[in-house]
Amino acid sequence: MKNIYLDNNATTAVAPEVIEAMAPYFKEHWGNPSSMHAFGGHVKRAIDEARQQVAELIHADPSEIIFTSCGTESDNTAIRGGVEAVEGHLNIITTRVEHPAVLGPCRYLGERGHRVYEINVDSSGQLDMVQLGAALRDGPALTSVMWANNETGVVFPIPEICEMVKAAGGVFHTDAVQAAGKFPIDVRQVPVDMLSLSGHKLHAPKGIGILYIRRGTRLQPFMLGGHQEDNRRAGTENVPYIVGLGCAAQLAQKHMAEEANAVSRLRDRLEAGLLSTCPDSRVNGDRVHRLPNTTNISFEYIEGESILMDMSEVGIAASSGSACTSGSLEPSHVLRAMGVPFTAVHGSVRFSLSRYTTIEEVDYTLKQLPPIVARLRAISPFVKKG
Amino acid sequence: MWDYTGKVMDHFRNPRNVGVIENPDGIGEVGSLACGDALKLMFKLGPEGRISEVKFQTFGCASAIASSSALTEMIKGMTLDEAAKVTNQDIAEFLGGLPEQKMHCSVMGREALEAAIDNYRIGKTEKKILSGKVVCNCFGVTEEEIERVVRENGLSSIDQVTNYTKAGGGCGKCKGDIGKIVDKVVHERLESERKAGAHATPRKMTVIEKIRLIEQTIDREIRPLLKRDGGDIELIDVEGNRVKVALRGMCAGCQVSSFTLKDVVGVKLKEFVSSDLTVEEVRE
Repeated sequence: MKNIYLDNNATTAVAPEVIEAMAPYFKEHWGNPSSMHAFGGHVKRAIDEARQQVAELIHADPSEIIFTSCGTESDNTAIRGGVEAVEGHLNIITTRVEHPAVLGPCRYLGERGHRVYEINVDSSGQLDMVQLGAALRDGPALTSVMWANNETGVVFPIPEICEMVKAAGGVFHTDAVQAAGKFPIDVRQVPVDMLSLSGHKLHAPKGIGILYIRRGTRLQPFMLGGHQEDNRRAGTENVPYIVGLGCAAQLAQKHMAEEANAVSRLRDRLEAGLLSTCPDSRVNGDRVHRLPNTTNISFEYIEGESILMDMSEVGIAASSGSACTSGSLEPSHVLRAMGVPFTAVHGSVRFSLSRYTTIEEVDYTLKQLPPIVARLRAISPFVKKG
Repeated sequence: MWDYTGKVMDHFRNPRNVGVIENPDGIGEVGSLACGDALKLMFKLGPEGRISEVKFQTFGCASAIASSSALTEMIKGMTLDEAAKVTNQDIAEFLGGLPEQKMHCSVMGREALEAAIDNYRIGKTEKKILSGKVVCNCFGVTEEEIERVVRENGLSSIDQVTNYTKAGGGCGKCKGDIGKIVDKVVHERLESERKAGAHATPRKMTVIEKIRLIEQTIDREIRPLLKRDGGDIELIDVEGNRVKVALRGMCAGCQVSSFTLKDVVGVKLKEFVSSDLTVEEVRE
């Protein structure tokens, strides 16, 4: 049975190097970094080193990095803590295509009296900059815009957006969970105030993330009750995972250019192959400003869950924006915001590759997909025969 | 990942009776591309009035395809009277069960079958006809349909209605209306169980069910009685089995209010909600 994983925007395999780096912190160095003895001293240094490694990935100062439990915690901390730290009223500006980890806290604040602007995107998934400008002129705001979209891979022009927000005197947070490690991010060049990153999207394990907080940014801590992370995030440090994330960041940093190149070539091969062998299929989202590893393809007249189940039968894993796979009855809010017709949303499949994806896996997928699409179309009442 | 039975997977992987029939005797269509699933069902009758041939086409998830396929196997050889009695539960049972969130797939099967039988019998259009008031505009589900599914499947919550009919699963604005329909049917069900004496060993109510039922009982059974005498009642709180109420209007300060409390409010609540309840008056 094949085991081909093309769902790396959901989570990634933990890199063997990462597992190796973490192991001693379960077996030998299990001390508490806050302890005033040798057990603590060693792990304290390990955390410092990991902080340095993560900081290098985004060109930050290590003191500007706090470790969290995941990307969702980072997003919640940035948005709720950023708003709470400011006296007086802040508007919240975000986009319609954000991850629920951002939309959730924004809407929560909306229910508590903050005005929330959810900026539209166009059919390619790109942000309506005019609407963003207008929202920024409506008063002081905390703005949270993702760097790259998890479903389509569309990359927003964060340097430009950041400049607009800063010019308007606002606070800017970006959810870089999908972007980090896939292309260079430099917070010296792009002066975001806060940036979220998640370990398990870049070959570290689940359960670890970071929030970058630019020096001088006002933030009310989310987790209270401890001095850890310079009083910005209470709770005993998750030492092995922090070490793992440091190692993963270093790996990503070291191989970024070549990996992005290799992965995007495989992605392009997969995309071109599927479009040419499966009629009535289309790519969702901007194909130029896009993550190197992602393609979101709609197969008209058939439904995503069925496609995924058939793919799973032949050992290929991907995901879909169809309503049936989301656990709710609403199909992907991202594709709907882009105005992708329902017909195409329900039949959308996201393929997301990684450094471990091989050309053989791509070619196997290219061989398997057309008969799956044909089988389901033969059952569908919407396909015009002949 | 959904926990599908082997039978669901078999009917999904190897669906029976896929296709179209030239000049069918009956044809029914439900769902749409926008809804995320759709089913077109058609049949031909044999010489003895039994379904001799049945075909389907489905757009939808694995359980939608499996439900359609199962339905065709079930009704082959049936008379139309027999087929008309097939419920969505029968379809789910045939498949060894469906995940709760996927029950709407079985309902879609039953609806398509009905539409096809109607099409044969009265030459109605092959599309499902929305009769009655549309409650859920997102998925086009009517009051009649919701009431029927709640009744036939013994449902008692809004979430269940969403799982079975999709109603309320879009914008969610209709959830209040769905709640009213559920309340109505549940009340009828409780009434008939009460009459049948079937409540000898009732299932333990959840706190929410209990409070809802107390509210309903006050609204329907108690308040009208008090209003006749110019009084009123307000539910203040429920703590375990202690129901705290405030008497209003003419009842407040009435010399026989303790009688009202015990013999009207208390008796009705014990009768319609639970014999364990006690009533206390809260005075401001």
